[in-house]
Amino acid sequence: MSATTERVGFFTDTSVCIGCKACEVACKEWNLVPEDGLVWTGESYDNTSELGANSWRHVAFVEQRAPLRVDGDQAALSEDPLRWLMSSDVCKHCTHAACLDVCPTGALFRTEFGTVVVQEDVCNGCGYCVPACPFGVIDRRELPAPDRPGPFAGKADGRVWKCTLCYDRLGGGHEPACAKACPTQSIQFGPLDELRERAAARLESLRADGWNGARLYGEDPSDGVGGFGAFFLLLDEPEVYGLPPDPVVTTRDLPGMWRTAALAAGALVAGVFALYGSGE
Amino acid sequence: MTAAATQDGRGGDSYYGRPILKEPVWKPTIPWYFFTGGLAGASSVLSYAARRGGNVRLARTSLGIAFAAEVASPGLLISDLGRPERFLNMLRVFKPTSPMSVGSWVLAVSGASTTASVATRALGVLPRLQRMSGTVSAGAGGPLAVYTATLLSDTAIPVWHEGRRELPFVFAADSAASAGAAATLLLSPDDAAPARRLAICGALAAEGLAEAMRSRLGLAGEVYGKGKAGRFDRLAKAASLTGAALLFAGGRGRASAMAGSALVLGGGLARRFSVFHAGFQSARDPRYTVDPQRARADDARA
Repeated sequence: MSATTERVGFFTDTSVCIGCKACEVACKEWNLVPEDGLVWTGESYDNTSELGANSWRHVAFVEQRAPLRVDGDQAALSEDPLRWLMSSDVCKHCTHAACLDVCPTGALFRTEFGTVVVQEDVCNGCGYCVPACPFGVIDRRELPAPDRPGPFAGKADGRVWKCTLCYDRLGGGHEPACAKACPTQSIQFGPLDELRERAAARLESLRADGWNGARLYGEDPSDGVGGFGAFFLLLDEPEVYGLPPDPVVTTRDLPGMWRTAALAAGALVAGVFALYGSGE
Repeated sequence: MTAAATQDGRGGDSYYGRPILKEPVWKPTIPWYFFTGGLAGASSVLSYAARRGGNVRLARTSLGIAFAAEVASPGLLISDLGRPERFLNMLRVFKPTSPMSVGSWVLAVSGASTTASVATRALGVLPRLQRMSGTVSAGAGGPLAVYTATLLSDTAIPVWHEGRRELPFVFAADSAASAGAAATLLLSPDDAAPARRLAICGALAAEGLAEAMRSRLGLAGEVYGKGKAGRFDRLAKAASLTGAALLFAGGRGRASAMAGSALVLGGGLARRFSVFHAGFQSARDPRYTVDPQRARADDARA
């Protein structure tokens, strides 16, 4: 990575998230992310449902019959336990980003802040990054684009969109809109190294207080994507929040895949020649 | 009560049963392209082999097939882009980490060389360019036929990524079968003999390789027995095997050769649709993503 400045990111501490969705709103307002329909899902207070082209922050709500705190030996402190987990999800800005690797146009790039951003004037909407992302974050925008010229006027936007970690705000020395708007400092922005230290200390104090299931997710640079630029403190397994438990960047296996492709192409040529000669 | 608390109500070990991965945004023009690209690539190779072997009619026919399939291919790809007017951005960079970038260059080189080969031969001019372009077209043929499998494998979709060892071979075999069948369809039995052998062996190999892939995939391979992927998979198997049998048993008969060839071509197309839909089904169910990762994470923790 050729970062010219310090790598920055998010530490999302879900233990203090109150589910206000100020992050979702601030993100939409600052980044001019369009409204993509208002629906009632009936899934707790979550009517955003997932990250996508038109939702770059998504607050998950999980209702559980589980105690918020436990004794040292995991015994519940309450007879009739109930807890409400809330977590603001976002693009992970992976150290090894599959979306960036597979992008054929170079539209996706690594910024000087170590973040991963789509250049909207380059993206041709091929959609390769969409199934490449192990988190299902990036997606193509199918809403009409008001500014498309000529024969494409009124047609779908057709490009992919995701969190930019407010690239424009970073350039001006400001923190991203979601972190600015978060009233509980659940979303913390800063240099990644500093955030990792802060997260480790926070985890230790939560464990000492007996919080049930506290763990860090994505803070480890040795994981399948080389660590997240935006990592989390969760209170249950990642899959409970709709996150993959052990994500791996697909291009990790690409050298082997190219070798297989070369073998298969060679086998095709050899097979054609062998069968050509076999009847003579 | 354990630390990993159980969730109340819907969803089990997922978030309201919602998928973790995004389904691809690609439309059915893409599996059509897998077919035309494979047909073009393998036909270029067959044409080259036939020219070397002195079968001019087969060489000419296969080159024509390759050309026709390559003319159709860019249109199929461009129409699927969210911004078709920016299709040239595909050649803005060359990125070995992106099979789509590599494939775009392969298709560009292959298309240009096949076109040059067809044009110079039709006009009977520039004999050196005739030979050179034919060689380049054949050289690009193998990569053109298989890179689409690598493209699919290089995603987070479990059934595609976990099938990465077999999928390029499946596509190669199906491409060879298609090239053989297409030439058999257009040529007299005498001229088409090597093409018919290729169609039969390619179809059988593709069937065997696809079966091997499914059995190794385990949980991820379940989708090949379900929904659209399952229906196209059964169709591919029935068409390929019946077609190969007809080509084998029919010998020099024109009617059985035509029916057999059409079935082998249809089988190759159906397989691309089966693989295509399998990816969507694999992304849709969070189990395929979570279960293997959960097992891996638990192993690492233990």
